[in-house]
Amino acid sequence: MSEQDRSGDVDGTGPGGQSEDGAFGISQRVQETPPSGIRRFFELAEEAEDVISLGVGEPDFSAPWAARDAAIHSLEQGQTAYTANRGKRELRAEIARHVDAEYDLQYDPDEEILVTTGVSEGIDVALRAVVDPGDTVAVPDPTYVSYAPGVTFAGGEICQIPTTEDEFRLTPEAMAEAGADEADVLLYCYPNNPTGAIMPREELAAVAEFCREHDLVVLADEIYADLTYGQEHVSIATLPGMRERTIVFNGFSKAYAMTGLRLGYAMGPPEVIEACNRIHQYTMLSAPTTPQHAAIEALRSCDDEVDEMVEEYDRRRRFVLSRFEELGMDCFEAKGAFYVFPEVPGGDAEAFAEELLTEAGVAAVPGDVFGDGGAGHLRVSYATGLEDLKEAMDRIEAYLES
Amino acid sequence: MNERELLDLLLADARRSTEDLARMLDADEAAVDDAIERLEEDGVVGGYQAVVDWGEVDEERVVALVELNVTLDRETSYADIAERLARFPEVQTLQLVSGDYDFDMRVEGDSMREVSRFISDKVAPVPEITQTVTHYVMDTYKDRGVNFGDGDDDDRLSVSP
Ligand SMILES: Cc1ncc(COP(=O)(O)O)c(C=O)c1O
Repeated sequence: MSEQDRSGDVDGTGPGGQSEDGAFGISQRVQETPPSGIRRFFELAEEAEDVISLGVGEPDFSAPWAARDAAIHSLEQGQTAYTANRGKRELRAEIARHVDAEYDLQYDPDEEILVTTGVSEGIDVALRAVVDPGDTVAVPDPTYVSYAPGVTFAGGEICQIPTTEDEFRLTPEAMAEAGADEADVLLYCYPNNPTGAIMPREELAAVAEFCREHDLVVLADEIYADLTYGQEHVSIATLPGMRERTIVFNGFSKAYAMTGLRLGYAMGPPEVIEACNRIHQYTMLSAPTTPQHAAIEALRSCDDEVDEMVEEYDRRRRFVLSRFEELGMDCFEAKGAFYVFPEVPGGDAEAFAEELLTEAGVAAVPGDVFGDGGAGHLRVSYATGLEDLKEAMDRIEAYLES
Repeated sequence: MNERELLDLLLADARRSTEDLARMLDADEAAVDDAIERLEEDGVVGGYQAVVDWGEVDEERVVALVELNVTLDRETSYADIAERLARFPEVQTLQLVSGDYDFDMRVEGDSMREVSRFISDKVAPVPEITQTVTHYVMDTYKDRGVNFGDGDDDDRLSVSP
């Protein structure tokens, strides 16, 4: 059996087909981590027929052609070797230029930027680089599904900060009440998955002040930063006194529709990026090479394509919000990412989502999957063509009337 | 309402209902109707047409791209020549271009014979026209932003984080 065959197992049967109670004692950390609720819903959706999915957390566009073309060209040139641990120097320089122009963030490409295998890897190495056993990581609730498991794998404890009452934004009051003043790290994504909420400058400044006062460092997942509507994204690292206590994560998955190419980056003060790189250089060596070529081209020449995608998302967003309003499903005005987060009638999101799937043929993820704070809500992704969105909303309407 | 955005929406798909356009523009339907009427009246929007892939239709349809060279004199301008040519229904597109020739003309007809006849009988004899070069279109892959290929399949998982 080849090496690849042996390690190609993802579904719980061990090497050579042994079951979970085979030779391996599965680690405590993994046993403590429940399988993703997304997965269960995925399986349900796969079984149903004629389903329109509003459950997809990735763009429906393909990466801009110029970026794909650059990747193909690099393969034709035989550029298939590892890159520098931190990523190609040329790419880091483009990233530095890009984040300066777009977000007023200044980072040194040599010491303060690490190219990672998706933001996913960036957050994983950062958590492992800064969290000691027993440290507490505060996260908004609801939030992206990978944070709590990531904290567990790093040996930390989670402190959840309810945001449901504040239109899914963080406030110092809710942070204090949740005990986040005792936490060591704040980890969040704004624009937010699953709610589409963003943090306007003033609210963000209040959170920054809380972090300075209580000495929290911030892991800011800004992967949806380019996808805001009618309001510019503000990075917390641009606020006074925050650069030295923040790692900013961004990547190519969402804005450049490159999810499958697995490329992101982390930016922060030299000592913490060096620490992240210490893990990355041993466990990943370098982020994949071909996507790095695509990314250089994406940053150089694909601004127009990104703008067009953002405009298209915005139209769909307005369409969906207007339809939910008409259907009488309460939905706050999400201004970021590609999600809206309406309340479900009756309040039981799991039951509603399951019925919607089986009775109406529309898949959307129940908010509970993203934490207790998401209960009673549905994550509706509008990363789907307008024709399908229209049809899906019509189906929801018919279902509500039945 | 942002008229430029309305134009973008119509350019992408002119068959959307006013209701849907209004939702996407966050405007009322009456305002959208007014804006469309204004665009039409002002000549900004000259018409609405389907983008047809003739390769998929069981019927012959011939498209030719014709390069035209002309000489001007004191009495005749480019616009005069263009006006004369544009009257022919066979002429689908007529543009003055920079480079080796003057006009770029797209002609459509039901057969090669018909198109050739049109060019030799109606276009070439125009006194100011000194030369015509006709290129018959053999296959169309993309027209006015619409790809005629199979398109990209959606290979995403139906539910993902
Ligand atoms: C908030 C958030 N962070 C990170 C990721 C993963 O990003 P990447 O593809 O760069 O690993 C996602 C993907 O859904 C996300 O929603």
